[in-house]
Amino acid sequence: MTDRPIRVLVAKPGLDGHDRGAKVVARALRDAGMEVIYTGIRQTPEMIAEAALQEDVDVVGLSILSGAHRDLFPRIVAQLKQKQLDDVLLVCGGIIPDDDIPAVKQMGFAGVFGPGTSTQDIAAFIRAQVAQKRGARAA
Amino acid sequence: MNSDAIAQLRAGNPRAVARAISAMERGGASAREIVTAIFRYTGRAHIVGVTGAPGTGKSTLVNEIAKHYRRRGQRVGIVAVDPTSPFSGGAILGDRLRMQDLSGDDGVFIRSMATRGAFGGLAAATSDAVKVLDAAGFEIVLVETVGAGQNEVEIARNAHTTIVVEAPGMGDDIQAIKAGIMEIADLLIVNKADRDEVSATVAALEMNLNLKPKAENDWRPPVLKTIATTGEGVADAVEWIGKHRAYLEANHLLEVRERARCRAELELIVQRELMARLLRGVNGAKIEMLVEQIAAREVDVYAAAERLIG
Repeated sequence: MTDRPIRVLVAKPGLDGHDRGAKVVARALRDAGMEVIYTGIRQTPEMIAEAALQEDVDVVGLSILSGAHRDLFPRIVAQLKQKQLDDVLLVCGGIIPDDDIPAVKQMGFAGVFGPGTSTQDIAAFIRAQVAQKRGARAA
Repeated sequence: MNSDAIAQLRAGNPRAVARAISAMERGGASAREIVTAIFRYTGRAHIVGVTGAPGTGKSTLVNEIAKHYRRRGQRVGIVAVDPTSPFSGGAILGDRLRMQDLSGDDGVFIRSMATRGAFGGLAAATSDAVKVLDAAGFEIVLVETVGAGQNEVEIARNAHTTIVVEAPGMGDDIQAIKAGIMEIADLLIVNKADRDEVSATVAALEMNLNLKPKAENDWRPPVLKTIATTGEGVADAVEWIGKHRAYLEANHLLEVRERARCRAELELIVQRELMARLLRGVNGAKIEMLVEQIAAREVDVYAAAERLIG
């Protein structure tokens, strides 16, 4: 089967309206050859899971700066599970305190990208992880 | 896809629909299998194309139109196309952002598509994605093109009703009489009608319509004003979509359009398939060599093409 471009949903859960970071990442992933579905700010867990399902994405990338990740991330993960989207790669960025990172990874986020991360590193990480997942599925 | 997945697709299961559209985008044997399994169940949906220049408000309008159909209890599928970068192959698919009112509604399915190198304002797999939504029981399928220029007219061959969206101040009466996108409109909508110059835009469009020689029973596209952000004028637009459908039915034009659509699709697939077969038999080095020779003016481009095909 031919490889399709990697499809990524970029969304901002919760109520903070600072979407510059999300847009920078979306643009960088576009330039890395990915198809980025950008849904922007104020996304509920239900909206994120529904978009991920309908758009059949490989990756869900969340940006959050409000500190509500401890509350929202588990709800998003639960919504994705409920829709049988367990195999979607989860990454996140924004303001995630160092102390919270282990818990966020525990929830299923493979990559946590804080301020200062190079967008090329994010793209490379996603590419490698998706290649692995696709390889595992094909095997 | 197995028969169980096809049954789920026909029942409108979003996962099955989403996967089927992905298969269509990938193309190849699995896409063909799905088409073979579902084509009998297609041809029921009313396909409405929405096109127009970037930033005229197509996505917001699609959102509002869909809400109207939902109030009537009709299920709505949406395919929204945005351009693929010719440099990176990536894309930003941002139409869904304007359609958030529709989330949480099981009667709506939205899919964003990148053009992946196709011209004409649609992706190569758009018509196949429409087939999937049609077979999945969506009664109205709204297809939003990329932000269109003057010549992106593919949508007219794929839709029963084509809406061309304009915004005030986008061009004078000369733009209105040019060939291309203005000719494919079944409905002309001047969106952002709360802005200045709206009456000038409406007048230019009306003037153009007045210049067309009248034939008996001709459809004259209405020029409608909307403000998609507030929903103003959208009820009227939906009313006109229904009138256009009734006109097509009363004059047996649905069959005519359907045949034209089938012919265009058939020709396109033959073209694509012949090209693929041809390129499978040619090694890349030969093409590169010919490119070099053309660039060096040693061979003309027609002769080079002949060497590839002949």
